[in-house]
Amino acid sequence: MKRLLSAALAATMLTTPAFAREVKIGFVTTLTTGAAVIGNDIKKAVDLAMEHIGGKMAGLDVKLIYADDGFKPEIGKQVTDKLIKQENVDFVAGYIWSNVLLASRKSVLDSGKFLISANAGPSPLAGKLCNKNFFSTSWQNDQTPMAMGEYLNQKGVKSIYIIAPNYAAGKNMVAGVQRTFKGKILGKDMTTWPTQLDFSAELAKAKASGAEALWVFYPGKAGGAFMKQYQQAGLKDSMPLYTSFTIDALSLPKFQAAGFNDVLGSKFTQEWDPSLDNPQNKRFVADFKAKYGSYPSFYAAQAYDSIFLIKSAVEGVKGNLDDIDGMRAAMKSANFPSVRGKFTYGNNHFPIQNFYLREVVKDADGNWTTKVAKTVYKNNQDPYAAQCPLK
Amino acid sequence: MDYTLLFIQTLNGVQLGLLLFLVASGLTLVFGILDFVNLAHGSIYMLGAFISASLTFLTGNFVVAVLLALPITGAIGYLIERVLVRRLYARNHLDHVLATFGLILVIDTTVQILWGPAGISVPLPAWLNGQVELFPGVVMPTFRLAIIGAGLVVAAGLFWLVNHTRLGMLIRAGASNSTMVSALGVDIKTLFSLVFALGAMLAGLAGMLIAPITEASINMGGEVIITAFVVIIVGGIGSMKGAFVAAILIGLIDTLGRSFLDDLFALFMSQNAAETAAPAISAMLIYILMAVILALRPQGLFPPKVR
Amino acid sequence: MKTPLQAMTKTGWITAAVLLLLGVVPPLLMWMGNEFYLLLSTRLVILAVAAVSLNLILGYGGMASFGHAAFIGIGAYAMGIPVYHEFYGGAEAIASTNGWFQIGLAVGASALFALITGAISLRTKGVYFIMITMAFAQMVFYLFQSLDEYGGDDGLVIEMRSELPWINLDDPLQMYFLAFGTLLVTMLLVHLIVNSRFGMVLRVAKGNDERVVTLGYNTYLYRLTAYVIAGVIAGFAGWMMANFSSFISPSMTGWTRSGDLMFMVILGGTATALGPVLGAAAFVLIEEALSSVTVYWNLPFGLMLIGVVLFARGGLLGMLHGRRGDK
Repeated sequence: MKRLLSAALAATMLTTPAFAREVKIGFVTTLTTGAAVIGNDIKKAVDLAMEHIGGKMAGLDVKLIYADDGFKPEIGKQVTDKLIKQENVDFVAGYIWSNVLLASRKSVLDSGKFLISANAGPSPLAGKLCNKNFFSTSWQNDQTPMAMGEYLNQKGVKSIYIIAPNYAAGKNMVAGVQRTFKGKILGKDMTTWPTQLDFSAELAKAKASGAEALWVFYPGKAGGAFMKQYQQAGLKDSMPLYTSFTIDALSLPKFQAAGFNDVLGSKFTQEWDPSLDNPQNKRFVADFKAKYGSYPSFYAAQAYDSIFLIKSAVEGVKGNLDDIDGMRAAMKSANFPSVRGKFTYGNNHFPIQNFYLREVVKDADGNWTTKVAKTVYKNNQDPYAAQCPLK
Repeated sequence: MDYTLLFIQTLNGVQLGLLLFLVASGLTLVFGILDFVNLAHGSIYMLGAFISASLTFLTGNFVVAVLLALPITGAIGYLIERVLVRRLYARNHLDHVLATFGLILVIDTTVQILWGPAGISVPLPAWLNGQVELFPGVVMPTFRLAIIGAGLVVAAGLFWLVNHTRLGMLIRAGASNSTMVSALGVDIKTLFSLVFALGAMLAGLAGMLIAPITEASINMGGEVIITAFVVIIVGGIGSMKGAFVAAILIGLIDTLGRSFLDDLFALFMSQNAAETAAPAISAMLIYILMAVILALRPQGLFPPKVR
Repeated sequence: MKTPLQAMTKTGWITAAVLLLLGVVPPLLMWMGNEFYLLLSTRLVILAVAAVSLNLILGYGGMASFGHAAFIGIGAYAMGIPVYHEFYGGAEAIASTNGWFQIGLAVGASALFALITGAISLRTKGVYFIMITMAFAQMVFYLFQSLDEYGGDDGLVIEMRSELPWINLDDPLQMYFLAFGTLLVTMLLVHLIVNSRFGMVLRVAKGNDERVVTLGYNTYLYRLTAYVIAGVIAGFAGWMMANFSSFISPSMTGWTRSGDLMFMVILGGTATALGPVLGAAAFVLIEEALSSVTVYWNLPFGLMLIGVVLFARGGLLGMLHGRRGDK
């Protein structure tokens, strides 16, 4: 007994210094302004993930520090600097907005820490500026609209008009749909982001262009505004609308409350859907609904994944947080249960994954949600991977 | 040139201009008569949108909600005047700017706490939610036509109020000579409170009318207030006519710029560069207009005669 | 009732104490391993430089510019664009990481912009002046936003800091001392200007333009000169800001930023040497403290702004002197 005790004591003494550390994760998202509705949903998912892992990774306590980017690149960069310099975090995760991520990139990567995007996927980070310590649990911006372009081809759409906001992600999204859509693009408008919410001039131009269909990208509250105005303009029959990231689980309850029935049946592409059939996703969606009373958004799903990706890194090195190379290798293998199902990482650390066509439907309780209508892409890799020097 | 498109965009521009006029008219009343710079005018616009949105869901009818929300916004304006603004009349404009900037932060954050950050999508009754074919090929959303109608009615009402009523006379007199008005036995303080409340109602109405188009959302005030200031500066502070002309002018410039500038730019730069430059340059146009007008006429287009 | 001398001594004492604090505490914090507070102080001091320059025209000259952030943006882009081309190629003529070249560009562009916009703006008065300066700043804002190559609205990450002899701006401590040294020089410069004959004319013209005009002074030219000097200093602050934050974006020139600078000056106390510095310090520190406590930090911050206007006339410096509510 005595020997056992002393052995245990010795073991604790030996392990304590190495294991005294906690895993510190800085999570940058938007908690103020109207865009906080997205940040709050992400926060819910991250809190749920923390609950599911019992607040521990490889036996280490996890300390999460949320930071608010204020919806502005320079504020995002400031809070990122603070996480690195003041909190000395091991991982910086989050980032809804491409421009915020681009502004913050250098601060994280220069310090040798891991940067994990749970949403934004700007093209430079997938191509020339890719980095061994950067990982994405979402997609490269071009991919989702590329899948939409492919779907438009399958539907036999001959011409489209494009309207999107004029910032990093907007430009990527437009490039994406242009990359795969084989028909004609009869016009394109880039609007001021994020202030412009009245699209009367653009809609009139789209209509005058005579295009067969309209494609837009408007995340967040601009999406709600655009959908309303599209409906008010009465274009539904003459010019069907196809969207990317414009309708989500955050806007659907709002549309339902406002009796905006045109949204039912809308289709858009994405890498995830609450109805995807895998154990991790079932648990995530069920517990999210039970805890918060609403469907999780894709933002939430990707943020939930980011915590599990980090967990796989910490477990891969058995809690030795100084083993950066080991953690990187662990993450690169994408060996964690993802809510989107199994995927692999490309050389630029963006997922190679499926893209699905989601359709807005009523669930058994009459609430609006989405289901998978079909698979558009299997194991799709982003088009910038070839420009990335990483192997 | 596509004349149908030009005509539709002109209507869109007029609609935007009239909405701007609603915001700017309240601002120019307060600025011109009380000599008070109210940066928080945009926050009242936002309050109007949120209050009418909540009332729409409560009463089930957008029009009823607006009619109820108008006096509520007016009352809020009245309260703000009594509690804060009144103490600042004797101060200089810089103090006004600083205090009302503080007020913006207070109101915007309070709205976020009360209503959450999500914003509210406001449903319209069916008869307002459709489209009207004005001429063959010229189809406008009914609600945008309704905004044009409401804007014109309010504009006419304001001209009548300012130029042909006793209240209007007192308002005009109060601006130039408050002691004389007091000597007439009119309570100048109450008059000022009422003017401020009227200004708040006008801003609130604009917010209520835009909410079914863009949703009621926090920070929507910050986006409109600067444009409204440009309108009243271009028009001449305190001039209702000036505010009207400038608002329509700026609405047209903004809409037509957004419509046609990118095609124009594409003539001499790459399509992508043109798509980035055009929205920025068309947003810049109204500031260029303001600078040019102030450089030529430092008091705006229609400087009020009595000051 | 204090004699001016006593008041001067007290002001001088406070000024010396604040500057000593600024010179010693942040490096000390850095030395204790807390780099973040050094970075926060660097931002504070750079903003203080801009606020001091704004005070020259707003406080002493009575020119309430609502567009001062435009100069910060011009200075910052004058730093960022040459570095961009040095790093990514193109536009050989201006591609450079040479600090002197960039400073020359920042100062030159700011001066030119100040001269042109000042010449037009100073024809107007009062609120019209406030708004026309804002209009010019908005033009700069949208101009930067329209520059697709330099990131448009997204802004640009600066890959390399400026190269100067003797100092290495990649070292946060040296960056801080550059900013702090600039602040001292700027305060001294403004002090000398204000107390010169030029400054006398400027100050008297603020109160009574006609009297100075009848004395034979061309107040327009005096004001324009002051406006250009203030613009150049703010442009230099912008060059420092770009080096400090390694990021430039159009929003640096937005009207809210100009508003922030105005509030720093008013908050601290207009037409005082130390006021703008105190205002910048209070602004940056309170914002940092409140925002780390609650996402609703704007609410107490807004109430504080209102409170300062209502109850602390003469700003923070006025409060320190015990001057309250003087009309």
